[in-house]
Amino acid sequence: MNATAKKTGAAALRREAWVRFRRNRLAMAGLFMAISVILAAAFAPVLAPYDPFKQLIWTQGGEVRLAPPSAAHIMGTDLYGRDIFSRILHGARISLQIGIFATIVSLLVGVPLGAAAGYYGGFTDDAISWLINVVFAFPFFLFIIAVVAVFQNPSMSVIYLAIGLVNWVGIARVTRAQFISLREREFVEAARALGLPDRRIIFGHILPNALAPVIVQATMGIGGIIMIEAGLAFLGFGAQPPTPSWGLMISDGQRYLGIGKWWWAVFPGLAITYTVLAFNFLGDGLRDALDARLKR
Amino acid sequence: MLSYTLRKLLYFIPVVWGVVTAVFILLTVVPGDPARLLMGQRGDPETLARIRADLGLDLPLHRQYIRFIGDLARGDLGTSYRNNEKVSTAIAERFGATLRLAFWAMILASVIGVAAGILSAVKQYSLFDYSAMFIAVAGVSAPVFWVGLLLLLIFAYGLRLLPGVGYGDGSWRYLILPVITLGTRPAALIARLTRSCMLDVMNQDYIRTARSKGLAERTVILKHAFKNALVPVNTIIGTQVAELLSGAVLTETIFAWPGVGRLAVEALVARDFPMIRGTVIFMALLFLATNLLVDLSYGLVDPRIRYD
Repeated sequence: MNATAKKTGAAALRREAWVRFRRNRLAMAGLFMAISVILAAAFAPVLAPYDPFKQLIWTQGGEVRLAPPSAAHIMGTDLYGRDIFSRILHGARISLQIGIFATIVSLLVGVPLGAAAGYYGGFTDDAISWLINVVFAFPFFLFIIAVVAVFQNPSMSVIYLAIGLVNWVGIARVTRAQFISLREREFVEAARALGLPDRRIIFGHILPNALAPVIVQATMGIGGIIMIEAGLAFLGFGAQPPTPSWGLMISDGQRYLGIGKWWWAVFPGLAITYTVLAFNFLGDGLRDALDARLKR
Repeated sequence: MLSYTLRKLLYFIPVVWGVVTAVFILLTVVPGDPARLLMGQRGDPETLARIRADLGLDLPLHRQYIRFIGDLARGDLGTSYRNNEKVSTAIAERFGATLRLAFWAMILASVIGVAAGILSAVKQYSLFDYSAMFIAVAGVSAPVFWVGLLLLLIFAYGLRLLPGVGYGDGSWRYLILPVITLGTRPAALIARLTRSCMLDVMNQDYIRTARSKGLAERTVILKHAFKNALVPVNTIIGTQVAELLSGAVLTETIFAWPGVGRLAVEALVARDFPMIRGTVIFMALLFLATNLLVDLSYGLVDPRIRYD
């Protein structure tokens, strides 16, 4: 197969996958939901009716302390008179930032390790598979908090490194399985016969053909990462006040649930559910759309 | 069967060793000087030196490591920095509450998940199917601590049907909300998997054969289809048990449930590293042991699986 034929073949497969994806209503819903979150994050300063940090009680008095949803504040205000809707829009930035950076860390660790294990087999595979099983055995959430807690004042980068430190195993497993099934195929043998170095065979020839399930796995992981970040912030180990992190908002608001001030904790939870749902639909849709390719 | 079991057990050992070593590196070497952590800025050099000697921190790292492994082998997870309590004793005291919570959550999740999954598959594309699967997807996507708070808001604070947080001396009324909270996610996962496995199985030839023999639809579904759909469902139930035991951290925190998860969070807040290490190791080993049991149980559910 020469280079141009290969390219058009890949383009045709991509087009087919896109057609299948577009026909899948849940997948398209996921795509639009994810885009809406990305837009909210990108244009938060423009879209938000108030400054997310501004404590309106200083200018407008006690009336805006824990005010219920109204025309002026569609999701109500918190104890300091901050507009919850504005804080939720800004919170999208934090969730997406963690989701994306932790996923990049996971890909940077998981893909090379999975590729090496699958391609070389033997001792390399045994060693890497052992590492995967060790990490997999950790209680993920507890382990991440423990790693974050090691640092006195964890920055956001510590948090996504800690999440990436465990999240790579799923990606490594998928990559490894793909490499095992692809390494004996004719085009790989051809590349080997041409005397290409391993690095070029792995990254130039096998990886492009192994990417689809890796992308699916990474997309499905984003929702889980956003949920972990929310849980960390909820327990006080993630973003620190006054950051408008969704998990932190739920944590602050939970104390006022008992006195009927439900909006502070309920709306941020809806935002998390919406975002995680978006990436789950998107991941499911991508898997179904790319399935024909996965089965080949 | 025996050689399979032995091989699984042998494979278990290096993984356990890896887990223990990773915990040693990340939670003993990286956090730095616990003597300083303990004393903060107050410690004068002599006190710091004495604490280091007491904790064995004046030894070189490899000696500390050997000591750590030796203690572990004897079931000694160290002593809490906070109150000098034995870590193993603290975990043993709290594990009962976690086990009780996880057990009932798993029963609830399995019953609801399997029932909803079968019904959804049998009535594919019906209103029931759509609503059950929508709830299942939402159940996987909603953060567990938020689900717990919503349940508290509705049933404890709003309708006042159930008590709020706490253990209530073991009263079952205090158990209901935490069990639903913890069971939601596994119930959703089990329902989705049961549905897809049932749909796979129901398209097989032997189901058509069973139907054409004139068997009642009920018999076909429960005896012929479900039995074969059970293998993957059994796997996910097993892995979920493992996750529940270690995943009860957030649920226990919200409901002030005196289990190992809450013990771990309290230790984290206090930066009580021996307790953190102990709970992480305990939960990791529990996870591995549960998964090993699930692996070994495959043969009981599906005799086709050969142990060679």
